[in-house]
Amino acid sequence: MFGLKADWSLEVFERYFTIGDYAGGEARWCPGCGDHAVLSAAQRVLRDEQQKPEMSVCVSGIGCSSRMPHYLGTYGFHGLHGRALPVACGVKARRPELDVWVATGDGDCFSIGAGHWLHALRYNMDMVVMVFDNAIYGLTKAQTSPTSPLGMKTNTHPFGAIIEPHNPLTVTLGITNISFVAQVVDWNPPMLYETLKAAYRHRGTSFVRIIQRCPVYANAFIKELQDDSSRFLLLLNGTLPMDASCKRAFPEHKDHDVSDLPEAFRLAHDTSRIPLGLLYHNPEAPCYEDLSSQGVDMTPQQRINGLNRVLDKLTI
Amino acid sequence: MPRTGDRPAETIPEHIVEIVSDSGEGAQKCGQTFGTVSAKMHNGVWTVEIIPAEIQPPARSPAGASGIRIRLASRVVTNMGDEADIVVAFNEQVLYSRIANGAYRKGTVVLLENKWRDDPVPEIRAQYEKAVGEFRDNGLIVHELPIETACLEITPTPRRGKNMFVLGMLCWLYDRDIDKAKEEIAITFRRKGEKVIGLNHQLFDAGYAFAGQHLDMRYSIPPQPEETIKDNRYIVTNGNTAIALGVMASGMELVSMYPITPATSASHYLADVFHESGGFVHQAEDEIAAIGFAIGASFAGKTACTITSGPGIALKTEMIALAVMAEVPLVIVDVQRGGPSTGLPTKVEQGDLLAILYGEPGDAPKVVIAAATIEECLHFTIMARRLAEAFRTPVVLLTDANLATGVQPYPRPEPQLDWLAPPIDQSDWDEDIPAFNWDPETGLSPRPIPGMNGGQYILTGLAHTNRSKVAYDSDSNQYGSNMRSRKLAALASTLKPPTVHGDDGGDLLVVGWGSTLGAIEEAVDRARADGLRVSSLQLRFLSPMEPGLKDIFQRFARVMTIEINYSDTPGDPLITDETRRYAQLALLLRTHTLMDIDCWSVVYGHPLQPGMIHNVIRERLGAAATATNTIGGHH
Repeated sequence: MFGLKADWSLEVFERYFTIGDYAGGEARWCPGCGDHAVLSAAQRVLRDEQQKPEMSVCVSGIGCSSRMPHYLGTYGFHGLHGRALPVACGVKARRPELDVWVATGDGDCFSIGAGHWLHALRYNMDMVVMVFDNAIYGLTKAQTSPTSPLGMKTNTHPFGAIIEPHNPLTVTLGITNISFVAQVVDWNPPMLYETLKAAYRHRGTSFVRIIQRCPVYANAFIKELQDDSSRFLLLLNGTLPMDASCKRAFPEHKDHDVSDLPEAFRLAHDTSRIPLGLLYHNPEAPCYEDLSSQGVDMTPQQRINGLNRVLDKLTI
Repeated sequence: MPRTGDRPAETIPEHIVEIVSDSGEGAQKCGQTFGTVSAKMHNGVWTVEIIPAEIQPPARSPAGASGIRIRLASRVVTNMGDEADIVVAFNEQVLYSRIANGAYRKGTVVLLENKWRDDPVPEIRAQYEKAVGEFRDNGLIVHELPIETACLEITPTPRRGKNMFVLGMLCWLYDRDIDKAKEEIAITFRRKGEKVIGLNHQLFDAGYAFAGQHLDMRYSIPPQPEETIKDNRYIVTNGNTAIALGVMASGMELVSMYPITPATSASHYLADVFHESGGFVHQAEDEIAAIGFAIGASFAGKTACTITSGPGIALKTEMIALAVMAEVPLVIVDVQRGGPSTGLPTKVEQGDLLAILYGEPGDAPKVVIAAATIEECLHFTIMARRLAEAFRTPVVLLTDANLATGVQPYPRPEPQLDWLAPPIDQSDWDEDIPAFNWDPETGLSPRPIPGMNGGQYILTGLAHTNRSKVAYDSDSNQYGSNMRSRKLAALASTLKPPTVHGDDGGDLLVVGWGSTLGAIEEAVDRARADGLRVSSLQLRFLSPMEPGLKDIFQRFARVMTIEINYSDTPGDPLITDETRRYAQLALLLRTHTLMDIDCWSVVYGHPLQPGMIHNVIRERLGAAATATNTIGGHH
């Protein structure tokens, strides 16, 4: 036809996504809450990776951080307290092409959902798990969480938390088939961004513990950390680069071989120096969706034929 | 005992046979093979396993009774029947447990292994002698047979081969087709090689000859009439395998489960064959994760199934509520067992009905259906997936341990393409259409699925608007609740009134649900043969209920439910009209119809038998109970 391009019907209009494409409702977290920083970093990763918003699913449990899906422009699943991980694994099971993010908190993941934490990470399905750890229950107003430091005054322990906190890193590093374990603070945007980007690019479950500010209920605890950078040890390696500003903010550094699991354990155990960055990375760990998605491409007729083979064996 | 050789067989319409042993002696394999051979000879057959609760109970103990009951007839068999006619017992102690369950009557013939009479341990010899005396005093006809001695002529380890010897005995006793039996033996041992098949064929032949020499009775049970069997091809399965086949035939691609008796065998079977239709069994870390995983897959467009039993349902309750609230299609199969708490794991009860309907805090309307036959376990699973997607809701399919362990032949389904789930829609979604675009008449709405551009929404268990936005305002919560409930009314409007078994009116209508269908109808038939004006009705839909129930009930002078769950017995201490607690369906029907619906229910842990129900009907209609010869039991 006159004037029409011969390949017209094959022309694909590239979609280009901006930060706005990943924006959902207006975030309702408190001013100064570290969750805002995580949301921004995640949106930037999605934009920079040009992830189609409709192919992304953010699954969460219950708690302040679990509101995150509402503030993203992707699909979201804001489910039950503690149960984000099984749901996220189910999303991935038969739709491995979907990009899955999990937003969970210290109560959601390490307390009521602790059983799923141990098992979902063993499945090593390709997803980014962000644990927003502010060491306090926020949504239900200041109860002790599994990571509340000894002596922290809360509504359930007004004279101070009475047992030592959980160390989520050592527990996580002890899980079979773990493949990506990182720890960051929310108040360093470059570190947060680079870590989430590396987590996104890793194939397998990327576990990122985010030490996160709760200015309302756990202000003193975090303030102490923010004011004393010597409490942290910045891990340097090729997989997760840290820029100059990170290195300035956290002057204690260590070159760390991210394939060295015993060393990662040692670093995680050392509570005098909080490690930041990538502790462990195994890009080769098997992913459960490679098993659980078997047969997704079968045609309806193939399914019927398969069932008939099964029925043949039961037929008398 | 006289030696009878090729004694001519007496033709009878039906018989009930039991094989009882210690665990691990192969009684169940023997009975299943006998049942399959009988089904292939076009008898109606129902087999049910006798399962001890422990994996390795002590030998020669009543608690360890393990075995199988086979009921075979010249018509379709729908239940396990009443007392057994013949029982083969590998030791005498296991019979005590069956007697306590009322499995035998005066005149039941016991073919008993006699090696214990000469056991080197004096206590065992004494136990044996005492038991045989007691059995005879109670009216059992005991034939002591040297079964093990005969097996020893063929194999040095008769404990492993005795079952095929007994199969040979039964095949002589019931004049079974020897070639068909040997073919089944070959199929059973196909993975063990020719030598093992040969040995078992030898044992079978020896048992066949042994019976001819030692037994003074022989029966023939003719096939069902030609018009009943027609050109149907049959499959033989239990109810759990039927569920597994239904999952495959429905096009579901994922079953997410956690081990629980008596549901797990459905998943075992699927784990073995699901790959044939492209599916996967996920064994989750717990019941909550199992349903959470299924909900995740359903949310992503692949409607999934979770299979469990009562205690699992209790753990899944919060997730079921989420699926209701967020309108996630999901199939939940509850293979009911005895409750509450850990209850009776291997035994039957219909005790989960109210928990399924009302277990969640807040209003959580969902579709609840109950399979009444093994064949329905298959077809209702297919229906459940369709209802779940059409009504954007969880659907609970109730079965029970009776259906799970009962085995019978039924017409082979011819899988249809339109039984399968359609491929997931990945076309663009019009952004102006809300995620819950409820039709105000029906509550129905189409569902955006991840991957649909423009359909992005945030599923939430919080109260929400039609755009799935969290909403704490009064109107949104009221409207969302209306819409979720309205879907049940919409489904109800498509259902037909149930059919009545028997006359459309009379003195008594018995209403049941689930696996009691066969026993209730058989009992009603017997009562009608007595001249009583009784009919029955079996409900398949429990939520919503099938329409027209009140109209049907009003045509009967009395209506009562018969169920396998707890209710108070009128006349017991302190039980008055005010304090009496009703059986679960009775309670529902009383509120549903505002009629004075009576009930009879028990929690003995075993399936209801036609004889018991027959007597309940007679008693309710003022007729004398029929004479019973049952030994033991709770009649």
